[in-house]
Amino acid sequence: MAETKTRTVNFGVAGLAAGEQPLIAAENKPYLVNVGPQHPGTHGVLRLVLEMEGEVVERADPHIGLLHRGTEKLIEYKTYIQALPYFDRLDYVSPMAQEHAFALAVEKLMGIVPPRRGQFIRVLFAEISRIANHLLNVTAFAMDVGALTPILWGFEEREKLLEFYERVSGARFHANYFRPGGVHRDLPPGLIEEIYGFCDQFPAWLDNFEALITENRIFKQRTVNIGPVTAEQAVDWGFTGPMLRASGVPWDLRKSQPYDVYAEMDFDVPVGTNGDCWERFLVRVEEMRQSLKIIRQALDNLPPGPVMVDNRKVAPPPRAEMKQSMEALIHHFKLFTEGYHVPAGETYTAVEAPKGEFAVYLVSDGSNKPYRCKIRAPGFTCIQAIDAIGRGYMLADVVAIIGSMDVVFGEIDR
Amino acid sequence: MADFLTPYIGHTGAVFATMLAGILCVVVVLLLCMAYLTYYERKVLAAAMLRKGPNVTGPFGLLQPMADGLKLFLKETIVPTGANPVLFLLAPVLTFGLALVAWSVIPFGPGLVISNINVGVLYLFAISSLGVYGIIIAGWASNSRYAFLGAMRSAAQMVSYEVSIGFVIVTVLLCSGSLNLSKVVEAQSHLWFCIPLFPMMVVFFVSGLAETNRAPFDLVESESELVAGYFVEYSAMAFALFYLGEYMNMILVSGMTTVLFLGGWLAPFGLTFLPGPIWFGLKIFVVLFGFLWARATLPRFRYDQLMRLGWKIFLPFSILYMVAVAGFLVATGTLPNGG
Repeated sequence: MAETKTRTVNFGVAGLAAGEQPLIAAENKPYLVNVGPQHPGTHGVLRLVLEMEGEVVERADPHIGLLHRGTEKLIEYKTYIQALPYFDRLDYVSPMAQEHAFALAVEKLMGIVPPRRGQFIRVLFAEISRIANHLLNVTAFAMDVGALTPILWGFEEREKLLEFYERVSGARFHANYFRPGGVHRDLPPGLIEEIYGFCDQFPAWLDNFEALITENRIFKQRTVNIGPVTAEQAVDWGFTGPMLRASGVPWDLRKSQPYDVYAEMDFDVPVGTNGDCWERFLVRVEEMRQSLKIIRQALDNLPPGPVMVDNRKVAPPPRAEMKQSMEALIHHFKLFTEGYHVPAGETYTAVEAPKGEFAVYLVSDGSNKPYRCKIRAPGFTCIQAIDAIGRGYMLADVVAIIGSMDVVFGEIDR
Repeated sequence: MADFLTPYIGHTGAVFATMLAGILCVVVVLLLCMAYLTYYERKVLAAAMLRKGPNVTGPFGLLQPMADGLKLFLKETIVPTGANPVLFLLAPVLTFGLALVAWSVIPFGPGLVISNINVGVLYLFAISSLGVYGIIIAGWASNSRYAFLGAMRSAAQMVSYEVSIGFVIVTVLLCSGSLNLSKVVEAQSHLWFCIPLFPMMVVFFVSGLAETNRAPFDLVESESELVAGYFVEYSAMAFALFYLGEYMNMILVSGMTTVLFLGGWLAPFGLTFLPGPIWFGLKIFVVLFGFLWARATLPRFRYDQLMRLGWKIFLPFSILYMVAVAGFLVATGTLPNGG
């Protein structure tokens, strides 16, 4: 904690000469406000201790760890297949993006490459996750600055995306769909048409939403030039994702080191200049439009074929085969009890999750369980900068800044 | 009624009984209106948000306000340990009481007013200025930091907008030539003041939003910053009184807008088949929609932006407009009451 600031206050005692000590002196302690962990403006369980001078925030001290579940340690005691669902529960707003990182990391260590259809489906659902994530963030951000309506509009659209999740995996959030070696199952019949339908209708929703909020004068007053971050600061703080791109750094892992079939996709990376709350908002809205473009391309070019590697040591055999073949039954049993052994080695594998660079540092000792699994959460680097960005702004601005950072405590506290 | 009762309880008693009956009528009607204003608000917000709103309790959810009221009535009133219990409980009573008292000078129709006093406008102005005390006392007595911040915001906000409301009202008085609200309405029998004074009506309406702490000026109780602001520590009936007070004030500001600018009980376009009080109610209903619409659409101002709007835009504008109106009336010799 910083040392208590002291200031002598003259209570207006009459007859004092200049410089004379007043009879009554008081210590002016900062007005401490404990925001959270139960607070509608903190997006989860952030505890933010604010030192205020009137409405102005003089110091913001974030306390994290209230949602700590020991994910990294737990993963060390699970087989690789069992570890995967933990990634859904990190950033629970965009589950499949996290699965993607872990699946890629395991594939890298094992030296397997998923079939092309599997890669396309993963890209498709990674982008669906991105839209779902940004939909929640931009509308919740609008609510943070006081507009109540957009978040309900947004939830309606987000629900459609979660239904796509449910169609492929059976779960709206904790999908456990991306697996090392591809995806769990092929798309169910009719889903492609439904996603096309969403792509046709969603741009109109976005236009409608933007008409309500983007150029609204109050909204701009509340967000333009609030919490600007220069490109240099953003890099120094380790920002990634929209937080970094809004500051003018065109850094996107999907472009700079493409994974799966991102190299074949044609899309733009929106970049801001000023890095204030408004531009972060704009970058996210534009990313939704670009994601839509990628979804269309993935659907248009979706090749036929298997979605999972044809390797019984990694992928479970089909149900029908298990009824006939003893060998298949044994494979299935071994796969879901002992799991597979991953060759010794280590990898840092990162994906461009909606919130930024989400990465897994995976160390394998050759056994069936990870030796170490370090998770890099993009939100963590953002929340550490809350004091640097928010200092000197008003309480309402700090809430807007937190909203524009897009923090989710599942991944920050892990 | 007074004449009918005089033989039984004497003249003074009869006058007293008549007044009491009038007050009771107004209060009951107002409480009902207020209850259904919450229903109205929830339905309008629901429509804006593509939801259905209350539709389970009773037909079309019409009993929802009653259920909410009953719930709040039956809950326990909790006084926080660090709070000053007397002031803590006084604040909601004060807020609610003031919201009710103001209605005594509002004319519902020709002659339909509890107290037809000649300083009606000043009275309203005084009462609405007192309203801030309820909030400040609540914020202070709660002994909570959020509540205190909310109370400080509220004090600044109400003071800022009261000033421009004052100038708007003076402009209306210049045109009507009376402080009596019934006379103000009668002065509009040829031309509603909303036509010549339209910009002033906008200023009045927006200031009214600020005065009643409604969106986009709801930073006194802004949920994403101060959780609930000054009434964060309140529960049960004490909370309900604040809630009632807020909605009552909304109706009051709408009523004032109607009386000052929209011709009060006067029927538009000579459609006199509906009685005056009905027209008055309909006009309030329309103005209230503006309140709800703003809440569904607009983000919230920041503290300093709210101050800037009040002091740097509304205040100079309303003063200029007032001077212009006064100048016009004097120059054309149309100042009421012979000027």
